[in-house]
Amino acid sequence: MLAQQLVNGVLLGATYALFALGFTLMFGVLRVINLTYGFYFSAGAFLSLALTRQLGLGIWAALPLAAIGAGIMAVGIDWLLLTRLRRRATAELDSLMVTLGGVLALYSAMTAWLGPDIRRLPPGLVSADSFVIAGVRITTAQILILGATLLLVALLLALMRGTRLGLAIRAMAEKPDAAGLMGINTARASALVSFISGCLGGAGGVLIGLNFNAIHPYMGETMMLRGFVVIIVGGLGDIRGALIAGVALGVIEVLTAGYISSGLKEAVAFAILVAVLWTRPQGLFGRAVMRRA
Amino acid sequence: MASALEICGLTVAYGRTEAVSGIDIVVPKGRVVCLIGANGAGKTSTMRAISGLLRPRAGTIRLDGQDITGLPPHVIAGMGLIQVPEGRQIFAELTVAENLALGAWLVSDRAEIARRQEAILARFPRLRERLAQLAGSMSGGEQQMLALGRALMADPQILLLDEPSMGLAPLFVDEIFTIIQSLKNEGTTILLVEQNASAALEVADDAYVIETGRIVLHGPAATLAEDPAVAAAYLGG
Repeated sequence: MLAQQLVNGVLLGATYALFALGFTLMFGVLRVINLTYGFYFSAGAFLSLALTRQLGLGIWAALPLAAIGAGIMAVGIDWLLLTRLRRRATAELDSLMVTLGGVLALYSAMTAWLGPDIRRLPPGLVSADSFVIAGVRITTAQILILGATLLLVALLLALMRGTRLGLAIRAMAEKPDAAGLMGINTARASALVSFISGCLGGAGGVLIGLNFNAIHPYMGETMMLRGFVVIIVGGLGDIRGALIAGVALGVIEVLTAGYISSGLKEAVAFAILVAVLWTRPQGLFGRAVMRRA
Repeated sequence: MASALEICGLTVAYGRTEAVSGIDIVVPKGRVVCLIGANGAGKTSTMRAISGLLRPRAGTIRLDGQDITGLPPHVIAGMGLIQVPEGRQIFAELTVAENLALGAWLVSDRAEIARRQEAILARFPRLRERLAQLAGSMSGGEQQMLALGRALMADPQILLLDEPSMGLAPLFVDEIFTIIQSLKNEGTTILLVEQNASAALEVADDAYVIETGRIVLHGPAATLAEDPAVAAAYLGG
């Protein structure tokens, strides 16, 4: 029983980590609190719904396409809302207000267009088979979720750690002006970071949609609360911290739901957030406003 | 003589406050020109406007005769104007080697990058021992060496140095000015901003004195060094 809960928790947490990675990247590199981020999660889920239901694509085609679609939306919305704010002295507060307004408008528009109902992915999209290993049941969907998450995290780390482009992004995260003086086109690099973040958010939406088989416009909104918990506990802009905190949150939620009450899982998550902010405002693993890849 | 950099009527303002009011500066090719003045006189605003970090309110900036006013910093850097900003602005969370690599961001030829890095490590031997170290863990003087080395990785047509000696121990100040002298001997065009006026006037060919956003004096550095008004205000009597 405990082993099963732990496995479920780790798998759920992996998607939280994936979602939070995009959020922490956006915050850590672009230095804006971008509340529209949750929308890309919903958008990714709905795109996967359209791609699988209307176009009949399989999940392996729908997942990357939905992620890329969400990434393109992120670039467009970021450009529209934030370009003119970035140079202001009060950019962080301004961006909070502008993106709060923006995301509410986006959710309302989406609900008006698609309706508030919970939608489901086509039956049989992922095989219903499951495997039992040492008494722990693992579904095909869970294996897919874990595989996709590990692949995306590996790609992100390879980009940030192993390429010149990743080096430029890390430089820009630390000192945008100095990065510009090096000849780095910071506007283009920012757009790329928005794109990657949007892709990660969108992929998270597809995977959570798959995990719970429930897709609705405001699913990104509840996810954002978890996103905040993960990036604050993990340390703003800290990739490794987001991974650890994301998985930990999934495990804690599943254990709370399993052993105490499923109604309390959010309460526990926020109790942890408050406790971390009281004791270690810089996050559990990092320094304040760290941008570690 | 051809001028590498020509600034005409440059005005920089923050809201209603003018930091720089219609200044003219000419930097001839292969020369070292220094801009001296007190804290808050407008030196750094001038530098940031030239490199594109600030958009000027008025005036034109020409690089090799080409108007670069208002262009973004990465475009200006691509044209060969490289600035070492005030306070060094090295990437503290990256290694020394990564900082140098970023200096050559606009160079795609790996062999050329390696050749330049070798030349820079020969010039700054301290950096060689610290290549794998985080830049932020080095002393202020070493960080200034890195900031200079990083700028030289771009093989600049013109180098802008903003207060390279600021906050450094006297030993490092001497070393920095020795390096500027050797760059000058190699024919590098430099615009130098300094509070350490005596050292700046010693290395420079021409000098400008800026006070509350206006150029109040300019001429050959040797002449300005003898000027009693300059001596009283900037050379400690």
